[in-house]
Amino acid sequence: MTIHPLPDPVVASGWTDAPPRMGFFTDTSVCIGCKACEVACKEWNAIPARGTEGSSDLAQDFTAMSMDNSMGLGADTWRHVAFIEQRKPLGIQEPGQFHGDDPSGSDVLALAAQGSGTPPSEAGMTPTTPGPAGEFRWLMASDVCKHCTHAACLDVCPTGSLFRTEFGTVVVQEDICNGCGYCVPACPYGVIDQRPEDGRAWKCTLCYDRISVGAEPACAKACPTDSIQFGPLDELRARADARLASMHENGVTDARLYGRDPDDGVGGDGAFFLLLDEPEVYGLPPDPVDTTRDLASMWRHAATAAVTVLAGIAVTFAGGSGRRSRR
Amino acid sequence: MSTSDVTRDGLRGAHPEREATTGVATGRRGRRRGEQPRVEAGAGSSYYGLPVLNQVTWETTDIGGYLYLGGLAGASSVLAAGAELTDRPVLARATRASALGAVGLSLVALIHDLGRPERFLHMLRVAKPSSPMNVGSWLLTVYGPVAGVAAAADIAGVLPRTRRAATLAAAALGPAVASYTAVLISDTAVPAWHDGYREMPYLFVGSGATAAAGLGMIAAPPYEAGPARRTALVGAVLEVGAGRLMQRRLGMVAEPYEHGRSGALVRAGEIGTTVSALAAQVVDRVPGGRGRAAAVACGAALMVSSALTRFGIFLAGKASAADPRYTVEPQRRRLTERRVERGDGSGAEGAGG
Repeated sequence: MTIHPLPDPVVASGWTDAPPRMGFFTDTSVCIGCKACEVACKEWNAIPARGTEGSSDLAQDFTAMSMDNSMGLGADTWRHVAFIEQRKPLGIQEPGQFHGDDPSGSDVLALAAQGSGTPPSEAGMTPTTPGPAGEFRWLMASDVCKHCTHAACLDVCPTGSLFRTEFGTVVVQEDICNGCGYCVPACPYGVIDQRPEDGRAWKCTLCYDRISVGAEPACAKACPTDSIQFGPLDELRARADARLASMHENGVTDARLYGRDPDDGVGGDGAFFLLLDEPEVYGLPPDPVDTTRDLASMWRHAATAAVTVLAGIAVTFAGGSGRRSRR
Repeated sequence: MSTSDVTRDGLRGAHPEREATTGVATGRRGRRRGEQPRVEAGAGSSYYGLPVLNQVTWETTDIGGYLYLGGLAGASSVLAAGAELTDRPVLARATRASALGAVGLSLVALIHDLGRPERFLHMLRVAKPSSPMNVGSWLLTVYGPVAGVAAAADIAGVLPRTRRAATLAAAALGPAVASYTAVLISDTAVPAWHDGYREMPYLFVGSGATAAAGLGMIAAPPYEAGPARRTALVGAVLEVGAGRLMQRRLGMVAEPYEHGRSGALVRAGEIGTTVSALAAQVVDRVPGGRGRAAAVACGAALMVSSALTRFGIFLAGKASAADPRYTVEPQRRRLTERRVERGDGSGAEGAGG
């Protein structure tokens, strides 16, 4: 018995004549950490501030660890920008530097005159062209719900509140959710969470309302560097492969795709990423597995255990009647 | 307020640390100069030590209690059927009542833990085998009334045939009620729960059996309680044996079962179960009038130990979700092994942690 008999989650969920599966490709190498995605997401989806009225939780927004003030994905954070500071070369970034006649050619005015279409090979200082003597780098990455091909949150939802849309995305129906909280520990990425004052589970809908009318999701629309790209998943995968190849050609061997592979533990992500370090550095699990993949085996063990205890207790009654045997 | 001036020659009066570069001049402890990177590069690292998973939102008393009560109810029903069939009316009545009481309380705990308790019946708007909670809801929907009929007919002293049929039906469903909760918690990404899915059902039915056995020893007179005393031993072997196997197989993921508050509870449950299950085997040899008191104490110890085990396991899961190491390290090891198998030579990179 297999829980996921069909590779295409949209077809497996019973949709016919569905549009192509849509998703995100988040290219973190061009993320500038502006958090426009976080803000646009909050605005469009009317997500409450994390510290809600009447509580002092807003003070927790100052994490004192980095530029990150939202910590991670949750019920009220559907896009989260991670900030990672590393002692690792990536371009030139020296303090106290006079840039007037910089020998490395980082003339910002000349760069600006070239316009925004600078090919990576000609750019003076971009993440794709590591400078000769950088000492540290900032990694920034906008995280989001992965809209897994095999989505554990959806599988374990006891009410059917979580469902697969015709776009292959995973969405919570808030009029159905009874706040059982099962989806929260089921998610191998730590995405979905319960809103305490509301009781229900919330997460990214990939702007189901927007994409249903042909608009792109709010975060992708707001992203000023196109780090967040929205489109048909096939197209995004091809684009990501080309981007990765070009980065490797340019010597950025750190670059890797995360969630791109349809053969990974969750059957590939609907929202996948280009990262510049191991996933765990960004707070992502390195090899996530669909929580419900072993469910058939779990039920088998439970059935065997049930029979074992039934037999075990039955044996204790061997020897007949209590009254007669004891007195 | 500024403490420096910008001049052509650089900054004047600036704090020397201002020029510090991340990670430079790392000396011995206490003598580190320069700002240290807060997030290490590469494999085996984490994002500021923050958990990868979102923490389990279930209340410990509600769902920890639910796991315990489900086991108590399920195993009580099996004991009740045995008692019914072997003419042990006191043991039968006590275990039937305990099955009904425990399943009722567990339902209260489950509903109380919902974010929207008034929507409890939404659980039954679909039948969904991929959701253990949905399967459990249907199971309780059938089992609860059956256990209720068995207990009610007994207490009212009516419909003996219905009572017997309901008692046997509850005994058929009981083991499933006791074991499905293991699937409920294992079918999550919580490392200490998910990775233990093979042993967890045996541990749970064992723990349920010791709790029900304890109740039987408290309620039934010694001449009826023989099967309860032996059930304590059966349950203890299952509970402690499966627990030991699980901890050995899980490796570093088993740490929350061994250390900290959760580890203390698991250990206390294990010792309590072992000692009281062994004591149960000799309790009927206690001389004089103290035999009954000893049986009651032993039964209570069994019930408490079973609860300690359940709460320990529940809290161990929460502890394993809170620490990114338990999520990242096993996955990293898996990746490394896969790379070594494929022979692409980059396996050594993942050895971190």
